[in-house]
This record gives sequence, C-alpha cells and structure tokens, in this order.
Amino acid sequence: MAIVFLSAMLQPLTGGVSQVRVAGRTIRTIINNLEERFPGIKDRLLQDGDLRPDVAVAIDGETALDGVAEPVGEDSEVHFIPPISGG
Amino acid sequence: MAEATAEYKVIGTRPIRPDGADKVTGRAVYGGDMRLTGMLHGKVLRSPHAHARIKSIKTAKAEALPGVKAVITVQDFPVAEDRMANLGEMAVNVKLLSNNVIAADKVLYKGHAVAAVAATSPHIAEEALGLIEVEYEVLPPVLHVLDAMKDEAPLLHETMTTTELGQKTDKHSNIANHMRFLLGDPAQGFREADVVIEREFDTATVHQGYIEPHNATALWNEDGHLYIWTSTQGAFVVQRQAAEILGLPVSQVSVTPCEIGGGFGGKISVYLEPVAAVLSRKAGRPVKIIMSRIEEFEATGPTPASHIKVKMGAKKDGRIVAAEASLMYEAGAFPGSPVGAGCMCIFSPYAIPNMQVDGYDVVVNKPKTAAYRAPGATNAAFASETVVDELAEKLGMDPLEIRRLNGAKEGDRRVDGPTFPRIGYLETVHAALEHEHYATPLTGPNRGRGVASGFWFNVGFQSTVVINVNADGTASLVEGSTDIGGTRASIAMQAAETLGIPYEDVRPTVVGTDGIGFTDVTGGSRTTFATGYAAHEAALDVVRQMKERLARRWDSEMEQEFEGQAERATVRITPDDVTYAHGAFKCAKDAGKSMTFKDVAAQMARMGGPITGRATSQPRGVGGAFATHIVDVEVDPDTGKVTILRYTAVQDVGRAIHPSYVEGQIQGGVVQGIGWALNEEFVYSDSGNMVNASFLDYRMPTTLDLPMIETVLEEVPNPGHPYGVRGVGEVPIVPPVAAIANAIYKATGKRMTHSPMSPGYVLSKLLE
Repeated sequence: MAIVFLSAMLQPLTGGVSQVRVAGRTIRTIINNLEERFPGIKDRLLQDGDLRPDVAVAIDGETALDGVAEPVGEDSEVHFIPPISGG
Repeated sequence: MAEATAEYKVIGTRPIRPDGADKVTGRAVYGGDMRLTGMLHGKVLRSPHAHARIKSIKTAKAEALPGVKAVITVQDFPVAEDRMANLGEMAVNVKLLSNNVIAADKVLYKGHAVAAVAATSPHIAEEALGLIEVEYEVLPPVLHVLDAMKDEAPLLHETMTTTELGQKTDKHSNIANHMRFLLGDPAQGFREADVVIEREFDTATVHQGYIEPHNATALWNEDGHLYIWTSTQGAFVVQRQAAEILGLPVSQVSVTPCEIGGGFGGKISVYLEPVAAVLSRKAGRPVKIIMSRIEEFEATGPTPASHIKVKMGAKKDGRIVAAEASLMYEAGAFPGSPVGAGCMCIFSPYAIPNMQVDGYDVVVNKPKTAAYRAPGATNAAFASETVVDELAEKLGMDPLEIRRLNGAKEGDRRVDGPTFPRIGYLETVHAALEHEHYATPLTGPNRGRGVASGFWFNVGFQSTVVINVNADGTASLVEGSTDIGGTRASIAMQAAETLGIPYEDVRPTVVGTDGIGFTDVTGGSRTTFATGYAAHEAALDVVRQMKERLARRWDSEMEQEFEGQAERATVRITPDDVTYAHGAFKCAKDAGKSMTFKDVAAQMARMGGPITGRATSQPRGVGGAFATHIVDVEVDPDTGKVTILRYTAVQDVGRAIHPSYVEGQIQGGVVQGIGWALNEEFVYSDSGNMVNASFLDYRMPTTLDLPMIETVLEEVPNPGHPYGVRGVGEVPIVPPVAAIANAIYKATGKRMTHSPMSPGYVLSKLLE
C-alpha cells in the first residue's frame, strides 16, 4: 500500500495523523479510501471530481500530471502539496 | 564560437540567435509597432486613491469630446464568476482577476483601472480621461503586511474570510490564507541544538523592471471573433484569461504574441487586453493601448514586500537540527502572493530533520503582486541564508563549510514532504569553495565577502512543437513559446541535434494561438526544458517518418533485386532496419543503401509527400535548480553606499544547451538581485501614493554600477530530460540579497535585516 503523507494543512482533518498506508492504484482510489478514514478530506482535495486547482500531487517526488487518474505504485510516497509556478 | 563536443555536435555550442538580425536592426515587431486600419488609441483612467469606494462615474462629457469613439467602465464587462480556474501557471479567481483589470465597487490601490477611453489619437484619449467624473468615498489604506494583519486593520474585501490551514473560517481579515508545512519535531530539534539564532527581516516591494511596457491591440471583429496582439509570456494564457473575463469561449479569441521586451514573470497576468477588447467592441474599430512607465509601477504586479521570522538551531559540530520560519507576504490588492513557494524554498538547500514553516498571504492597498523570477524565493533566502551565515559565525565555521555539511542531496526531504531527485547543490558549494575568487584574500578597509545559496523548483507544464521539413533539407520549427531569453536558439539547437543537421538549418518561428497546439507560458524556467523536450520528440517523429519511407523504398528495391528468388521471403526491410546517425540513413541489411537527410527531404514528393513531425510534451522529470554565490563589497562609511567589487555565481545548470544564454540568464538574475539588494523599492506616502514611480527615482543597477558577473556552470545533467536540461533562468536571483547582506556584515560588523540595503539604511545601521 502507498504511504500517504498528510501535511499540516490536512492534519486538522486527520486528528494529527501525518502518515498513513492507503490502498489504491490511482489517486482517485487513494482519496476515496482516505475519505473513509478521514471524512471531509475528499472535499479538501477534489472539486468536481478532479483535483482542486490549488492542490497538486507529488508521487515519489514527481508532480502528477494525470490528476486523479495518476497511477500510484504499491510502495509509492504520495504528497498533496501546493502547485508550483514561476516567473 | 565554442567547439562541438564528442557527445554532441550542436548542444553546447554558441551559435548566433535566429532573431538577432531583427533585434539589432530594429525590425523586430513589438506590440507598440502594431498598426491596423482604422486603429484607435486607448487610455485608462486610474484611481488617485489607494483605497476608496466608487460612488459614481459620469462619462457623458468624455463621450462628447470630438474624436472620442468609446468610453467604458466596469458596466461594459460581463459579471465575472466567483470561482477558481486554471488560467495561467496557477489557479486564479476569475472575479478577482476581472476586478483587477477594471475596478468594480471599490478601488484597492492607486492606479487601479476605473474607466477607459478610445479615441482617434492618444492625446484626445488622454484629454477625455480628464472629463470623466468619478466620485469616491475615500477609505483609509493599509500599506504594510504587519499592519494589514492586525484585527483592527481596515478591510480591503469586506466579504473575504481567512482560510486557516486549509479550512475556511468565518473570520473577516486581510489574511487570505495561512498555510503550514511541518517536518519532524522542531521543538525537540531546538532542545537538542547547541546554538540557536532567531531573527526578523523585512523586504520591500520590487518591480520586474522590464524595458518594454505592457501593451495590447484588440480587434473585436463584426463576426464576433476577438483578435489580440500583445506582449506576453504566453499567448494561450492571455487567450484563457481574456475569454474568462469577457465571457467568451476560447475558440472565439485569437492571440498573437509580439516580440517581448522582458517579462520576468510580470507579463503573465492580463491588464490591458480585456480593456482594449471591450473598447474595440464598443467603438467597432481596433484599439491599441500602451502603458506609461508610471502605469507600469502603479498598476502592474510587482513582487511582494514581506516580513519574515527565521529561527535555526545547530549542534556544535555544525549540523543544523531544527528550523522554523514565518513568512508574511503582501499579496497586493487581491489574494495570491507567492508565499507558498517561499515557504517551500526557504530551507530547501539543507537537509534538516525538523522544520516548521508558516506562510501568510495578506492583502494590502498596493498593486496585485505578480510572479517575478523564482517568485517568493528571494525574500525567503534573504532571511534563511543570513541566519545560516550567523550560525556559521557562532560555530566558528566557514560559511561554505556549514553549507557543505548540511547541503541537500538526492533522497533528502523538503519541508513540504517530497524527496529530492538527483540535484547538484553540493556541486555548487564545492565549486564555490574551490573557486579562485573564494581563495583570494579580500584586503582593504570597509570590505567584506559574503556567500549565500538558493533553490528554485522549476516547472514542466505543456508545450507543442511542429517541425516541417523543407525540400532543401532544412527544417522550419513552429513553437508557441515566446522567446524572452534566447529560447528560439535553445529549442532549435535541440531539434537540430536530434535531426542530425546543422543548427543553421533549423529555422524557429514563434506563433500565436491559431498556429500551434497549447503551450504554457515562458516562465518557471520551463521553456528550454519542456518545449525543448517537445522539439526533441518532434524531431524524432521526423526521423521515424523518414525511416518508414526509406524502408518502403529500399524494400521495393529489394523486391526488384530478388525478383523470383526464394531468398526474397527472408530479406525484407522494415523501419527497424534503417539506422540514422550524423545526417545519414543506412540500411542494416544492405551496406550499399544509404541516403542523407537532405536526399530524403529533396525527394519527399516522390516518397510519400510532405514530412511534418509533431509532438506535445508535459514532461515529468523537472530538475530543481541550486546556486551558490560569492560577492565582495565595499561600504562607504560616510554615506552607506555599497559597491560591488566582485561577483561569482555558481549554478547547477544541468546540460547547458547554449552556454552563452545560460551565462546571460545567470548574469541577468544576479543583476536584478543586486538591484533588489541595494536600491530597488516602492516608496509610498502615508496615503498610498508611490512617490518614486519612474526609472529616475526607482533605481535599477546599470552596467556602470557593476563589475562583470562571473559565472561557473556546474553541469549536473537532469536525468529527466533527453539532453539533461534543467531550467536556469530563475534561481540566480535567489542568493544575491542574502550574499550581499552577509558581505556587508563582514565589511561593517552590522547584520542587515532589511532590503534594500540602500545607503540610508546602511548608514542608519552604522550609526546604531
């Protein structure tokens, strides 16, 4: 199962839990499974079924490009982070 | 001219840029050069107040002035939806974006657009602005982040509530967002530390200072289609933003990017384009608007002023074990400062087990901030790199040695969680330590040497490239990436390398939204990386098609050679049997068969027709960038003036495609950083009036102020790119402010906690 890192921004919803093992082969199923354990987290991460515009996902250090369809490896690290832009 | 390497024939050389002749002869077409039949000239009426409620706007007198063809206010714009949308590099609230383009019920900074006029001459338009009557209820402005954060501060947006750690609250405040990043146990880390340093820093509002002002020409055609010509870092971003603000489908908006005279992040948001469009619709004629320099300062996005607290703790052996920071960034009149990026960058050069970083996005009565080269990172590095310097001093360590001891490397975790891939930070520290500059003693009174490091993420995003093969064996490369810093060359070079033809045989052209697939902005240090990636893929597509055609031709020749023979069944030529190297295709099954790229191009018409390679990219494998800088300064003890004596910038550049342009990017970033460090700031009166809105009074460094900026290119190829490219354009602006502050300390014994370190500020510190 993937290791999902729950940032300080999400911890009000997780009761302070900062890491959790979650089953799922895509970000969509990872988030659905997170929601079962931490109600409300799905709304924080998704909007109209896709990632909110102010949320990015990093899987094993790489920013995911396929939104909720992004595949997740068995032992992947998953982070929900702010999106990065530049000048 | 540099020599080609054994590995590459084109990459790593320094050819002349394709747009060079147009630029040096003045023939390049910028937005200000636009001339359309029947074109009108637009001017924008801007608020004289930093904070006021608009009670009424009367335009009748202006409309009656001969020559005036249209006058518009917010009433001429569709009501924008209050929702987030991806309209550029980042999510943007459509309503707030629209309200920044033209004020709705309130003006939120001096210079905020209130109305606009189109007339037959700029002078008539200017005169008409004076005839528009606006009644304001003037409100108290709030101009500093710490004032704006107070509970009793005047509110810019009465309906805005604070988002606290990701959760909407009911608290009405100028704090739009409070975010936090946490790693390990900082409290425990500080308990274990032998030395703890805690300091507070302020940075001023700074402008990108591009030479060419914002401009836009719009034609709202009778068929309902909107055409825009503009100076922008991304035509598709203008298309999306304009379409959202004007309530149009993107297919109804065509944007052509003109040549661009600098952007540095400041030409991503739209300001004039929707205004010119609405004027054009009302007047029935094309309209051009060009900003004055005063408008640039007062009404476009600078980088935020900030207040930053940093606390760091280290063991006696120099290992940094804990770090905390609070970053309070001014967003300007609308939420959306780069404080998130600042938070994620502030400690990134170091592997620190325990970190907490809090960020506050705060609105104030100043122009809405925009991106500026590594947005948010320079402010942050000024604070953290000064504290690292002080830690080294307290521990009796060399300031570069403490960076080498604690420097981040592959596998180390950033404060926002993800681990680093292969990065070259330690290589930059090693190179700085071993550089002749660092080894040479600095002598003389009032002189000091400082060092600092910096990090920037870089981004990938989306690009499209098309390569058309010409019958003479050359190639036309079509791209959507505005060329700001020589990317026509760096992209064409990658295509040429992959095609196996000379650089001079690839002619790149930048086109607008009707001419190429979606391409994100030239920004985020992404263009040579991501558009270059697409160029490589498009070139591979060309080679693949040529191989297929040659396989068919050579296979048919085999058919003839083996006619009626049994061996024919075993001798077939497929594309896999065609090799390509050094401009020549060869048949692996028949050494006698070969054709050059030029031969194939010349015979395209008889070999299946035109050949066009195409590719889109949204690459992963973005390589973050690190830099370490060394600077020597001399401080005049009587005036506080700081002179830069010598400056060396070391940077991990991945593979330098065109080393001259990489060096140029580094030198440009350093110079902007020096300006930020020593002179540049928006100076406001108490009423919120910027009092130095010209290049005479907003002092940017010139060549007369600076020595040659020496560059050291540490090439640590990025494994995520076929040619090892890392973005190079942004990180060089990150270390200079801190490096100069540390150098001034060495020269004077006074720690700098405010930028700019202008003569007045330095003198005040000397007199303490």
